[in-house]
Amino acid sequence: MKLAYWMYAGPAHIGTLRVASSFKNVHAIMHAPLGDDYFNVMRSMLERERDFTPVTASIVDRHVLARGSQDKVVDNLTRKAKEEASDLILLTPTCTSSILQEDLALFVERASQTINSDVLLADVNHYRVNEFQAADRTFEQIIRFFIEKNEKSVNPKEYKRTINPSVNILGIFTLGFHHHHDCRELKRLLNGLGIEVNLVFPESGLVNDIPKLKQAWFNLVPYREVGLMAAMYLKEKYNMPYVSVTPIGTINIGEFISQVENILNSLDETQSWNFNQYVKHQMQVVSQAGWFARSIDCQNLTGKPAVVFGDATHAAAMTKLLVREIGVRVVCAGTYCTHDADWFGEQVQGLTNEVLITDDYTQVGNMIARLEPTAIFGTQMERHIGKRLGIPCGVISAPVHIQNFPLGYRPFLGYEGANQIADLVYNSFTLGMEDHLLEIFGGHDTKEVITKSLSNDTGLSWTNDGLAELQKVPGFVRNKVKRNTEQFAREQNIMTISAETLYAAKEAIS
Amino acid sequence: MTNIIKTTPTDTSLTFECETGNYHTFCPISCVSWLYQKIEDSFFLVVGTKTCGYFLQNALGVMIFAEPRYAIAELEETDISAQVNDYLELKRLCLQIKHDRNPSVIVWIGTCTTEIIKMDLEGMARRLETEIQVPTIVARANGLDYAFTQGEDTVLAALVHRCPEQPSMGSAVQKRNHPPLVLFGSLPSSVATQLELDLKQHGISIDGWLPAQRYSQLPALNEDTYVVGVNPFLSRTAAALMRRRKCTLIGAPFPIGPDGTHAWIKAICDTLKVKPKNLDQRETAMWQKLESYLPNLRGKSVFFMGDNLLEISLARFLTRCGIIVFEVGIPYLDKRFQGAELALLESTCNKMGVPTPRIVEKPDNYNQIQRIRELQPDLVITGMAHANPLEARGISTKWSVEFTFAQIHGFTNSRDILELVSRPLRRNNALENPQMENMMSGVNWANRREWQ
Repeated sequence: MKLAYWMYAGPAHIGTLRVASSFKNVHAIMHAPLGDDYFNVMRSMLERERDFTPVTASIVDRHVLARGSQDKVVDNLTRKAKEEASDLILLTPTCTSSILQEDLALFVERASQTINSDVLLADVNHYRVNEFQAADRTFEQIIRFFIEKNEKSVNPKEYKRTINPSVNILGIFTLGFHHHHDCRELKRLLNGLGIEVNLVFPESGLVNDIPKLKQAWFNLVPYREVGLMAAMYLKEKYNMPYVSVTPIGTINIGEFISQVENILNSLDETQSWNFNQYVKHQMQVVSQAGWFARSIDCQNLTGKPAVVFGDATHAAAMTKLLVREIGVRVVCAGTYCTHDADWFGEQVQGLTNEVLITDDYTQVGNMIARLEPTAIFGTQMERHIGKRLGIPCGVISAPVHIQNFPLGYRPFLGYEGANQIADLVYNSFTLGMEDHLLEIFGGHDTKEVITKSLSNDTGLSWTNDGLAELQKVPGFVRNKVKRNTEQFAREQNIMTISAETLYAAKEAIS
Repeated sequence: MTNIIKTTPTDTSLTFECETGNYHTFCPISCVSWLYQKIEDSFFLVVGTKTCGYFLQNALGVMIFAEPRYAIAELEETDISAQVNDYLELKRLCLQIKHDRNPSVIVWIGTCTTEIIKMDLEGMARRLETEIQVPTIVARANGLDYAFTQGEDTVLAALVHRCPEQPSMGSAVQKRNHPPLVLFGSLPSSVATQLELDLKQHGISIDGWLPAQRYSQLPALNEDTYVVGVNPFLSRTAAALMRRRKCTLIGAPFPIGPDGTHAWIKAICDTLKVKPKNLDQRETAMWQKLESYLPNLRGKSVFFMGDNLLEISLARFLTRCGIIVFEVGIPYLDKRFQGAELALLESTCNKMGVPTPRIVEKPDNYNQIQRIRELQPDLVITGMAHANPLEARGISTKWSVEFTFAQIHGFTNSRDILELVSRPLRRNNALENPQMENMMSGVNWANRREWQ
């Protein structure tokens, strides 16, 4: 047992549901007790989704404990197949079904005999993997299933490689940190390189298009948390190369483009691909980040201590960017992706004084308190730690809250992403600087704010219970309530204000 | 699959149905969020998995960062397969909690997982309590058996056993002309005070609340005590009070809306043989204060999808406001505990000359969406999972959870209910965007994304 107040990565089924609900026309059925469908709330609220989330539960209740959920699960699978006519129904186990140890695979097999949709059981173990690992696994499982199904079908359709270079983007999905903006920026980048986007998965993809993945020349995995397994499978199966460098920051973008260049040159020896001109143009005209780092303002950031924490992809990329492109000193870089610790360690080696691999937020908080950086780049949690310690924080990674699902265009990837990150970094530090200056010079405004109080000359008095009730009113409206109550009391000729008066006033004044 | 039954205007008595129970609601462990704030010296330990923790941290948002007095005892694979001793593990965590927070009571919340692996929480709590000298109580607020607000019911039912038999010697003996009265249900302290003041006007003083502001202030309960509930989801607590402590339960509608508050006070006065003073005038005056909201609400239709058990009381109040309620979805209906409330709903419908709503226990959200599509109600009161999709289809919604957290009890707060109900309607009147209207009418009603 572990005493836990907060966690960075969610339970396994969340990962599975995020992948399933990103595909078009795929329905997920959770084998779960009442109340476990909180995923629908998150998707509907955070993504401000207009459609019903294609996730329902096959409820586990007392009857199920007594008799098993066999018929119930099969009925629910059959019913959903009829109602939704989904291409795929994914049965998703939860922590509860993990311990019940029912043969869910058998139910899936039984249901699949009577319904037209494909049915799959998500192959994840709640107690062994977290949200990201489960998402990666489920994504690979779906890709593998439809590729193999296509091979088995009577008339295997041959999908030939496209004439022009093309690519699949793997791992854009729902509730991802700035995924939609990143996807748009990636497409723009690829367009600039003259590469067509063959398919994007899983977001808005149709499972029946999965065999068409073969048409692309290679795959892109923008975030290493989800998509890598699928890319490795396709590499093994069709010898499709993949690029898993995350194009965050201009140096990484350069590395990304050069890997793409190498792949294209190795796949098509008749042509010689060279993107130097494109990179040069982007660096000089489109991206302001390179110039920003050399501008005089940015001198002030040199050597400023910062802490970076987040998922492996974003934390590693941000560390590199801060150190090599802006000159900030990263005193500690860390990730909560404990399963990917080795990779992370390699990436930040030589760039930071300390590496912290943990999923315990108190350790992160203690580390920040000890190091006292001038800025933090982390998740929603580090933002709160920063608030408590008075250190500004830029949010660079999930888990995040609704304000990190912005309506405006805010990619992290590509050249526009570099601009966005430069703003984020700069704003975090200047705010910190401003704070210090304010402290030295004693605040923005030295004039005392005179509160509008009507109680000085009234001769009204408050009883103890009245004051006690007043104290229960939240601070930001307390003065208003006090004024209104006193006004009411004066009109009613009440000289002593009790709790009753307070509530009578509340009723009288709207 | 879907059967759409419209209510016919000739219905005069309530009809009850039961569907499949495939509906969205909060897990009952969410009760820790308001109970830890209510009982100031408590600590809530949810014995569950990452799933429980993830739900709490997302549902409660910012509260997590304010050093909450609750935590998850996260079960790992070794716990599930009994490779470690549950008792020693819980003891270790509780000692840590005692050391860090020093609470007056630790409440263990049992979850689905502890049910399935049959962890003997009650047995262990009894043993641990004597060993570490902190009162430890157990509430099994799990999703196998309960929905959302019923979590509070399980905690309060467990607290009933810890209430003293006799009032402590220190407390002043109150002067009163009626038997001792205890109210049960967790309310924000200002709302609790308002209800106390409302009763005081009729000469009724109370002997305490279950729960009180502190664990050490739990009210005395014995066979002389009269008890009355303030919330419709407290049926287990009511049963525990009657059976275990031999208290007399006053069956009453709940003090939600001026009509409900009137009936609640009236029932208390009648039972305690106290003559109410100016109760009718008080209600009438309150209705006059609500008059500004009513013209916009009269004749509007409302559909409750059902997730927090407040639905019957709210439907009754809204009917009295002149609203037509099409359907009242409700997770669980205790017809005995809610008897007076159901009777008031029926008589209100008859009085207002509107058909009685269809009451659907354990609703099926999919079928309900089909009915909403057919009926096109002016307002759907529903959970957040369906609110945005329904809005996108041109159906106004109100998020049902707000009714759980807003102050809705007593005469004074009736306005707040109407404020909540009328806000989506006012918002829609305030927005001008003809293109948006056209865009929304075309959205598909199935779970299918048709956008690029």
